Amino acid sequence: MTQWEVVIGIETHAQLATVSKIFSGASTAFGAAPNTQACAVDLALPGVLPVLNKKAVDCAIRFGLAIGAQVAAKSVFARKNYFYPDLPKGYQISQMDLPVVVGGQITLQVGAGDKAYEKVVTLTRAHLEEDAGKSLHEDFHGKSGIDLNRAGTPLLEIVSEPDMRSSDEAVAYARALHALVRWIGICDGNMQEGSFRCDANVSVRPKGQAEFGTRREIKNLNSFRFLKEAIDYEVQWQINEIEEGRKIQQATVLFDPDSGETRMMRSKEDAHDYRYFPDPDLLPLVIGSDWIERVRGELPELPQQKRERFISELGLSAYDAATLTASQEMSDYYEATVTVAGKASAKPCANWVMVDLAARLNKDGLEIAAAPVSPQQLGGLIQRIADNTISNNIAKKVFEALWNGEAATADEIIDKQGLKQITDSGAIESLVEEVLAANPVNVAEYRAGKEKAFNALVGQVMKAAKGKANPQQVNELLKKKLAV
Amino acid sequence: MSLTPEQVKRIAHLARIEVSEAEALTTQGHLNGIFELIEQMQAVDTRGVEPMAHAQDLSQRLREDAVSEGDRRAAYQAVAPETEAGLYLVPKVIE
Repeated sequence: MTQWEVVIGIETHAQLATVSKIFSGASTAFGAAPNTQACAVDLALPGVLPVLNKKAVDCAIRFGLAIGAQVAAKSVFARKNYFYPDLPKGYQISQMDLPVVVGGQITLQVGAGDKAYEKVVTLTRAHLEEDAGKSLHEDFHGKSGIDLNRAGTPLLEIVSEPDMRSSDEAVAYARALHALVRWIGICDGNMQEGSFRCDANVSVRPKGQAEFGTRREIKNLNSFRFLKEAIDYEVQWQINEIEEGRKIQQATVLFDPDSGETRMMRSKEDAHDYRYFPDPDLLPLVIGSDWIERVRGELPELPQQKRERFISELGLSAYDAATLTASQEMSDYYEATVTVAGKASAKPCANWVMVDLAARLNKDGLEIAAAPVSPQQLGGLIQRIADNTISNNIAKKVFEALWNGEAATADEIIDKQGLKQITDSGAIESLVEEVLAANPVNVAEYRAGKEKAFNALVGQVMKAAKGKANPQQVNELLKKKLAV
Repeated sequence: MSLTPEQVKRIAHLARIEVSEAEALTTQGHLNGIFELIEQMQAVDTRGVEPMAHAQDLSQRLREDAVSEGDRRAAYQAVAPETEAGLYLVPKVIE
């Protein structure tokens, strides 16, 4: 039985966060009425010329710096020639031989919990190009309708090396890239609107074989779930083909989310011959070191830097640090929580954000930016755990009350509901005595060596204290009394 | 290097130019003539010469990111062969 290894490379189109198009002054706003944002340049009317948008170049430089890549001192725009009605010029302006960004790498976290591991994916290149328009094939009396609002929208095409070895790694890469482009503010990352879409190049080979198998490219995956489903299906399909004695033909395929299958779009025989050549309408793009340094100065602290700081400064584990820097919203929330709760509570803050808050957000289907509990509220709550005002269990109740908007601060809720922890040892002692007197069976069992009976007694005391007794004190006092 | 009639037809197809058999033969002659010129150029030793991306030794002029073009759909569509619901209509294309 052959063991198969999966090889995946990903090409991503990230729509850059500019207000105008890459080569024209038309708006890039999403959702406008058809063709109201397609100007003479986008329509390729005779005599028009492209003029490059500086902000699009800024975005490319930001990305290059963020992944530790080489930002090319000189890059060249080329024409990629093909005929399609949503491409009025008959060519797409892109970059071929000399792209603006070369190399770089992204560190990602794959999996969760004990099985999590770190992986470094190398990037090949990233280049600037323009998007095409949209073809609508619905009923227009046997014709297609063309909307050119999207034509000329700036894209950064980001190409990875074939470094991924499973659909999970592919998804982890896409997520890390998605978080990064949003983090550095070059793309809004809205996948429903097509601002971030992935093509996956997938092949399989017998484990241990040096050369790659023949790849097929799955086009236009616009959700992480589809990316995973499409790759899993494609891998199984390729293995079946090979095991049944057929050869894989290089091809472009589409994923159908309804059937969960990939199907062939075009085979290599009629693959496009794009006849790239330097665009004579555009001069080489020259990026001086002063420009690069200016952009470097504007960059925020990057995920990788933040991750290292969380480990060195706040004492978090590598896993916690990676999880908390998975998105800027998450790390902002966490840092604001720590600011209120104090650095000494950095680890409990991490647990609250990663476990309790994440679970509650998940339950309500909310993103962290929309959390009803603010980091200031959560930080205030964690302070009360740290100073022993409330136990962790009671804190969960307070958290729920904050979530439901019952009060503005944890302190208010603790006051109003009388949740302050009982730390008066006299009061706890009398509760312990009452429970011991009322539960002779458990006491006898414990003395006979049943550890479980002890937990039952702790439970009884906590119940009598309505959960407010300090758990450590309860434990200590119980042990002391039972030892007599 | 010289082109075969099949290659000429493929190039014509990629450029969406319809050529008859006779035209393909004439074009083949023209193109092969151009290839001879290219071969002469390729015989020149260009080691150490930076590839030229543009005939003018200038760099790209840039514009600030601002919207300067408004909606002129009505004017543009007035000269389009066929439109509907704001869309340009074209012969059906499905891939």
